[in-house]
Amino acid sequence: MRTAFIKQLMAEAENDERIFLLVGDLGFSVVEPFANKFPDRFLNVGVAEQNMIGIASGLAMEGYTVFVYSIGNFPTLRAMEQIRYDVCYHETNVKIVAVGGGYAYGALGPSHHATEEIGMLRAIPNLRICVPGDPSEAQRITTLIAAERSPCYLRLGKAGEAVIHTKPCDFDFGKIVQVSEGDETAVLCSGSILKYAYDFLKEAKRNWGLYSVPFIKPFDTEALSVLAERYSRLITLEEHQMNGGLGSAVLENLNDLAQAGRLHRWPSVKRLAIPDRFISTAGSQQTLRSLAGLTLD
Amino acid sequence: MTRAELKKLGRSIRIETLKMISRSNSSHIGGAFSMADILAVLYGHVLRVDPQNPRWELRDRFLLSKGHACASLYAVLALRDFFDIKELETYAKDGSIFTSHASHKVPGVELSTGSLGHALPVACGMALAAKRRRQSWRVFVVLSDGELNEGSNWESILFAPHHCLDNLVVVVDYNKIQSLGTVKEVLDIHPIEEKFQSFGWDTLRVDGHDCNALMLAFEKLPTTLGKPLAIIADTIKGKGVDFMENELLWHYKTPSEEQFAQALAQLEKES
Repeated sequence: MRTAFIKQLMAEAENDERIFLLVGDLGFSVVEPFANKFPDRFLNVGVAEQNMIGIASGLAMEGYTVFVYSIGNFPTLRAMEQIRYDVCYHETNVKIVAVGGGYAYGALGPSHHATEEIGMLRAIPNLRICVPGDPSEAQRITTLIAAERSPCYLRLGKAGEAVIHTKPCDFDFGKIVQVSEGDETAVLCSGSILKYAYDFLKEAKRNWGLYSVPFIKPFDTEALSVLAERYSRLITLEEHQMNGGLGSAVLENLNDLAQAGRLHRWPSVKRLAIPDRFISTAGSQQTLRSLAGLTLD
Repeated sequence: MTRAELKKLGRSIRIETLKMISRSNSSHIGGAFSMADILAVLYGHVLRVDPQNPRWELRDRFLLSKGHACASLYAVLALRDFFDIKELETYAKDGSIFTSHASHKVPGVELSTGSLGHALPVACGMALAAKRRRQSWRVFVVLSDGELNEGSNWESILFAPHHCLDNLVVVVDYNKIQSLGTVKEVLDIHPIEEKFQSFGWDTLRVDGHDCNALMLAFEKLPTTLGKPLAIIADTIKGKGVDFMENELLWHYKTPSEEQFAQALAQLEKES
C-alpha cells in the first residue's frame, strides 16, 4: 500500500507543483524516489512530530499541499493537538499519512499498534478520514486527497498487500465501494483486513455481500441506507478499537438515518473490532487479529 | 515612526487593552502589558504589512504565540487601522470574533493561538516556504517565557538553525512570571540566551520597554546569514500601571471600577 501511495504521490507531484512531502525521519526505501525527484518539495524534519505538523500547517498556509508521512501513532496521537488546532481549526491543506495501520507492525508491540486513532480523529471537525482496503484504493485516494483542499488523514497498511479490485478504482470521494454482492448478510470492512474478509467469503463459500468503506468521515449515508434495505444483517470489520471506528460510525449513522425518517428497517449489526484492550504479546498481524477476535465465522 | 511616537503607541495599546479586559471581565492584562512596547515597535517600525490588504502575499508574518495576551495584539491592529477601533468594544463578548485568545478570524491575525507552544512550529513552516520560494518576507514570533516549558518549542528551536531560517525572528517576552509563580520557581529557563546560542541561534538581549533598543535590535536582519535570531526582551509584567507591575495576580485579575480609573489615569498621564 505504501508503494502504491508513493508512486501515485509522485505522479500527482509531477502535475502539481504545490505538493510537498514532509517525513519524520521514517520511510526508509519508500520516500527516497520522491526526495530525489522533488528535492525542493521534500524535507525530513527529524524525529519531532509536533513540530512536523506545525511546519506542515505553516507550509500549507503559504499555498503548499503538504503530505506528512510517518509510522503508526507518531504523526497522529503524538501531535493530536497540533492536528486539532493548527491543521483542522485553521483548515490548512495538510494530509497526514500513517503507514502501519492496525497491527501491521504486530511484533513491534503496542507502541506501534495504530488501533485508536480513527476514533480520536473522527471527533475533530474539518478532517476527512480515509482507510483504503487495498493498494488500488490507496492509489485512488491519494489522487482524491491531493485534489481535496482540506485536511485529510490517510491510514495505510504496510507493504505487499494483495490487490482486491480487478479494475483500477475510480470511486468518488466519500463513497462506499462494493467488492461483491450477496444475500442477507453484508460485511463492511475498512483497511487492509478487507483481504482477509475477501478470502474468508471465498473459502467458506458464503454468499455474503462485501463492501469496502474507505471513508470513515464523511460517511456515505446514502449507500448505508441502501445497504440497510438490501441486507438484514451487517457485519462491520476493522482493525481498530471498538470505540469510535467504523462500527461506531455505522451505528451512529443508522441511528441518524432512522431519526430523520430515512431508514425503513434496522438491520442487525454485528461489530468486529478490538475489545477495549491492548495486546502486549509479540505476533504477526494475522496472529494479533485473531487474538483480538477479528475473525468471521 | 519616531521613538516618541512608538512610545505613545505602546501607551495607546495599553489603554485600549485595559478597556477591553475591564469591560469584559477578562484576564491576562499583565502579559498583555509586558509586550505592548514590543508590539508597538513591530507594528510601528519593523513589519512590512498593509492594513488595507492584510493577506498581501509578500507581507511579513507576525505570530503571537502567547495567545492569552491577544488583547494588546487586537489593540495594535486597530490602532494601525486593520479594522475600526470600535470593534474592540465587542472583545470577549457574546458573538464577537474577538475571542480572548488570539483568533485568525480577526483581520491581521495570522494564527489562532491559546494553547502554548504552537506558533513557532507554524512559523518555521512559513519561513521554510519563503526560503523555498526565494521570497524576502520575514516571520516574527512573540513567545512568553513560561511557554518555553513546552517541548514543541524546543523541537522548533532545534529545527530553525539547522535549516538556516535567517528569515525567522523570535522575541521572548521575558517578564519572569508565569501562571503559578515566577519562572525561576516553576521551571527556570535561565540562562536563556546561552540555550538559544547553543542551539545555533543569534541572540540579542534588550530592555523590552526601551523602544530605541528594540528598534536597534530589529534594524539589521538577518544578523548573521543563515542564522535565526532570538531577541530576549527583559520586560515587566503589568508594565505601565504601578500596582500591576511584577504582580502574579494580574495574570488573572480583572480591574475593579476603581482600579480601572486609577490605571487609566496613570496611562493617560504618561501619554
